Amino acid sequence: MIAASVTTVGAPALLAAASEPQGRDLFIPATYDLFWSAVVLVIIAVVFAKWVLPPFLAVLDERTAKIEGGLEKAAKAQAAADEAREQGEALLTEARHDAARVRDEARQDGKAIVAEHRVKAQTEAARIAEAAQRQIDAERQAAAISLRTEVGDLATELASKIVGEELADSAVSARVVDRFLDDLEAQQSAPVGSSGTVR
Amino acid sequence: MSVVHASAEGGEGGFHTPSISDFFPSAILFEGTPFQIDRIWIIRAVITIALLVVFVVAARRASLVPGRFQSAIEYVLDFVRVQIVEEILGKEHSRKYLSIITTIFCSVLAFNLSGSIPGLNMAGTARIGLPLVLALWVMWSYWAAGIRKHGLGGYLKNNLFPSGVPWPVYIILTPIELLQILLIRPASLMIRLVANMIAGHIMLALCFAGTQFFIVEAGAAMKPLGVATLGASIFMTLFEILVAFLQAYIFALLAASYISLSLEDEH
Repeated sequence: MIAASVTTVGAPALLAAASEPQGRDLFIPATYDLFWSAVVLVIIAVVFAKWVLPPFLAVLDERTAKIEGGLEKAAKAQAAADEAREQGEALLTEARHDAARVRDEARQDGKAIVAEHRVKAQTEAARIAEAAQRQIDAERQAAAISLRTEVGDLATELASKIVGEELADSAVSARVVDRFLDDLEAQQSAPVGSSGTVR
Repeated sequence: MSVVHASAEGGEGGFHTPSISDFFPSAILFEGTPFQIDRIWIIRAVITIALLVVFVVAARRASLVPGRFQSAIEYVLDFVRVQIVEEILGKEHSRKYLSIITTIFCSVLAFNLSGSIPGLNMAGTARIGLPLVLALWVMWSYWAAGIRKHGLGGYLKNNLFPSGVPWPVYIILTPIELLQILLIRPASLMIRLVANMIAGHIMLALCFAGTQFFIVEAGAAMKPLGVATLGASIFMTLFEILVAFLQAYIFALLAASYISLSLEDEH
């Protein structure tokens, strides 16, 4: 093989190669081979660069843009939905707070009203009780006064009958009766106690 | 094996071993001129037309919501764009070099696949011319990318005199780096591709020829061997389709990373 390639170097070797190709010819390009290879590749390259790749790249770019646009739109919609949800939640929270506040206020108002009524009722009851007490006192006093007059008359009558002489001096007799009654009262009030409030 | 050889040398209908002459079929037109047309030329023309028709029709019909056909084409284009160009060059440079890398990937893939297509049976990239032109295009691309970014001086300085290296090392490093950007990168691209395709053709042709010989021409005792070679043919065909994709991927990936290396700032 080496001997063959050594001996076939030069112009005669090319002629020999034309008739009977050698192994090394596989790696030595012939002019026509190079020429047509170049022609073929130039055609392919030009067609690819002009008519094949640009349409595909345009489609690719358009598709990418569409997908990116779609994704962006989706993200925006998502953001809007989130915002709406947050707003809704905020409103809901606020409404809850309002409701709680109103309820508290109502409860406090109710308490205040009840307390107020209670105070009023107590005052009223006290007033009524006092009035009744006053009436009772007044009646008792009236009764006591009339009793005193009657008892005085009776006692005077009784005493004059006993003594046998009419006490002409009414002033003296009145003084005697009063002293008598005061003594009587003093004797009564000492054991009872509460009858002291009558006066 | 001796039987095979005997019959291979024996007559016309015998075992046809694939040979180097498969890659140099006789000329049909313009023999001996730079415009010579032969069987491989026809294969390349067929593949070119098929590739362009498929992609141009798909591009014409491209709509926002892809159908089945458009989805398949977009799958290929997206593979190149996402897995190769954006992965290696990053998103900011991707649009600028998308056209080059996509064209390279699709044409290498299509020409590779013709090696497994019945009737064509020869990869368009199995003869050195096409891989060589592709490799030169890649080399031109990464030189242009580097010079446009850093200027010629800056590009060469970045690549030949990387910073952070003590100066005596440049004596060894600089020639290697120069060789790298001028010769090793394109040559490795070219040879990797063409060698894979040549080997693939030879393996496939050997399996097909063996099957033909064992089943049709050899004696009854040899026919079971034909079943084995038929199985091997199916396996090799699938394997060659895999290799076609793999080589197209590697070629495009390396082209992208060479461009990326040119664009890198001083490191």
